[in-house]
Amino acid sequence: MDNHKIDKIIDKHNGEASSLIQVLLGIQSENHWLPNEALKRVSEKLRVPLTRIQHIVTFYKAFSLVPKGRHEVHICMGTACHVRGATRVLDTVQDLTGIKPGETDLDLKFSLDTVNCLGCCALGPVMEVDGKTHGKMSPVQTADVLKNYK
Amino acid sequence: MSELLLQIDGKEVKATEGMTVLEAAQSAGISIPTLCHHEKLDPFGGCRICIVEVESGGWTKLVVSCVYPVEKDLVVTTRSEKVDRIRKTIVELLMAHALDSPELQDLAQEYGAERDRFEKDASFCIHCGLCVRYCAEVKKKNAVGFVDRGINKEISFIPEIASKECWNCKECFPLCPTSALQAAFVLTKALWS
Repeated sequence: MDNHKIDKIIDKHNGEASSLIQVLLGIQSENHWLPNEALKRVSEKLRVPLTRIQHIVTFYKAFSLVPKGRHEVHICMGTACHVRGATRVLDTVQDLTGIKPGETDLDLKFSLDTVNCLGCCALGPVMEVDGKTHGKMSPVQTADVLKNYK
Repeated sequence: MSELLLQIDGKEVKATEGMTVLEAAQSAGISIPTLCHHEKLDPFGGCRICIVEVESGGWTKLVVSCVYPVEKDLVVTTRSEKVDRIRKTIVELLMAHALDSPELQDLAQEYGAERDRFEKDASFCIHCGLCVRYCAEVKKKNAVGFVDRGINKEISFIPEIASKECWNCKECFPLCPTSALQAAFVLTKALWS
């Protein structure tokens, strides 16, 4: 991610230090992760010490300091989804993408993570891809959904 | 800034508004144990070892004296069975992280804390924040900070800043109650050289 893009996001928030988290979220959603160079740029522009930025990005799970794939897959492992077969959905995704929860594949296509509840238990088992919820998943349907992502 | 009177351990103590209970006690020569307190730094309230009992308006409650502001006619008890019991547990919990810290050993002796009450997790850092806050507030260099949260929270140097600023400073080293900071510095140095 180049400095020009980062500066644009910072300018959108008028370069205010109080908008630090919003700026970081902006970079995160555009770039899918936060490279060290980006953090340094934000630190300089917003005049916030790097230690503080590091504390914040390691505190919230929404930020990633390692590269993430273009599509973020979340499999709900909450109680309701679990009893309705979330493990089988997870197994299918693992087989198709070749990655385990917390990992990213080599071509940066998918990142896989498990979550503990997405709040729509009636739709279980639930899979979320890039914020879009797919409910009542079977292993076959899971495969069909993943095929749609390039 | 108006003056007010409060009672600490049965002694009348004069204090100025805005002072903390800890400062008032120290000015009267009454000692309260502390780990994360430093006179040059803002109150932090991280270690909780300076907990005391206060009575105001007929109620007794437990407060952390380094962040609790003085009030008129406050009655403070710096040591009681309850306070001692809490301090004992705090020391026992901290000793799970840094068993051989001299400061903790002294406190353990004072409050009868057991060495092995909790399973050891020798991180050597008790999160007092002295190094982090000293670097930020006094030196204004921000070379060391906290990362992560909860049980994974730890201190971490920013190598780019540390390599420039820390060689001739190292003023945070003697502040550390457990020497974990020096270990973190040596590790950063080893990884980056």
